[in-house]
Amino acid sequence: MPKITYNTHDNKTHTIEVQNGLTVMEGAVQNDIPGIDADCGGGMACATCHVYVDDNWMQKLPQKDDGEEDMLDMAFEPKKNSRLSCQIIVSDELDGLVVNIPSKQS
Amino acid sequence: MIKTDALIIGAGPTGLFTAHQLKLIGLDCEIVDNLDKIGGQCIELYPDKPIYDIPAVPECTGEELTNNLINQIKPFNIKTHLGERVDEVKKDGENWFVKTNLGKIFLTPNVIIAGGVGSFEPRKFPPKECEKFENKSIFYSVKDKTIFEGKTVSIFGGGDSALDWAVELSKNSKVNLIHRRDDFRGAQATVDKVHELAKLGKINLYTKYQLTNVNGEDSLESIEIKHDSKETKTIKTDFALGFFGLIMQLGPIADWGLNIDKKTVAVDTEKFETNQKGIYAVGDICSYPGKLKLILSGFHEGALAARACFKLARPNEKYRFEFTTSSKTIKDRLGVKSD
Repeated sequence: MPKITYNTHDNKTHTIEVQNGLTVMEGAVQNDIPGIDADCGGGMACATCHVYVDDNWMQKLPQKDDGEEDMLDMAFEPKKNSRLSCQIIVSDELDGLVVNIPSKQS
Repeated sequence: MIKTDALIIGAGPTGLFTAHQLKLIGLDCEIVDNLDKIGGQCIELYPDKPIYDIPAVPECTGEELTNNLINQIKPFNIKTHLGERVDEVKKDGENWFVKTNLGKIFLTPNVIIAGGVGSFEPRKFPPKECEKFENKSIFYSVKDKTIFEGKTVSIFGGGDSALDWAVELSKNSKVNLIHRRDDFRGAQATVDKVHELAKLGKINLYTKYQLTNVNGEDSLESIEIKHDSKETKTIKTDFALGFFGLIMQLGPIADWGLNIDKKTVAVDTEKFETNQKGIYAVGDICSYPGKLKLILSGFHEGALAARACFKLARPNEKYRFEFTTSSKTIKDRLGVKSD
């Protein structure tokens, strides 16, 4: 199973095996990683599963669609490497992905 | 003080259908919601997005679903208290004493929390310093636009609210519109209008900028914004308006003595009752083994919670199960003719 690394704001690192097909958000929620609220449950409607993707991985992820960029407008302190983790689907290609969780979601 | 058989907190699909079920079995109820309109997440988060998993409805939008539910409860004339948040729930003898932020008081044996993920609150600017100017020089909604006349207003955001207010306020104020990227997500016509006004010098447009700091003593004097390229600017302004949509906060529900874990309330699956007798939770806010956050689950949970309310509201009567197809009593309540 692909391993995803979540760096939380308290400087802890959580590396977790996430099943192919789940989203990076679901991987965090199912494993009780703090800092991902995912209020809308993956509907790309709330921007509370916001993560900063590690620079080395930004280009390897599938492109954002417009709806995701729109939601990121509302996220807490969005940056260039901001993504909604509910829109990143885990696959073998993403084995080793590193995401950083912001200090808060709202 | 309002006395009712059951008070529903939340006017989303689950709250509305729960109200329907209560009235169908002959109980009174009223609904309170913090939003200024009916529909909850369906209307606030995805009014135009299609939903495909409502039983017997192949496809409908959040708005259509809401309108259909409103129609379905129309015969019952249910009182809804919009734009009010329930702040306090405490025991008062056999009843619950419920108080809203506007001071309205309800006395009821049954409180049904159909609160989704909590109440919707505006998303705020990240810098902490903004708090001291809130509702004085910094706003997240506009209640009285005349206060901006002849002043400098800095508007943040890229959606319809930000654009509409930029266009509107540019008539009588000096307007700065600041957004984190070049693209706006508002209606194309409004986006075009904003660009036209920017060309005419009526709106100062700052894209790829975000707010980093605010300055001032009693009232706002200037804001600091930072470009993607790290370059910063200080802009003199009298007001700052932020339009970043709404966020759901659990809010006061956390203080009512309920068993809460990860923003959800634990319930049983017979009555959907919480650890407090006479307080139920249904829809997205409740949790039990196997819980699915689907609208259809909320409908089921509301139907069962409504039956549980009957016992506390009518302790001396026995609830009798009836079908809407055949019960004359139910047809009378719905105001439809019996065969």
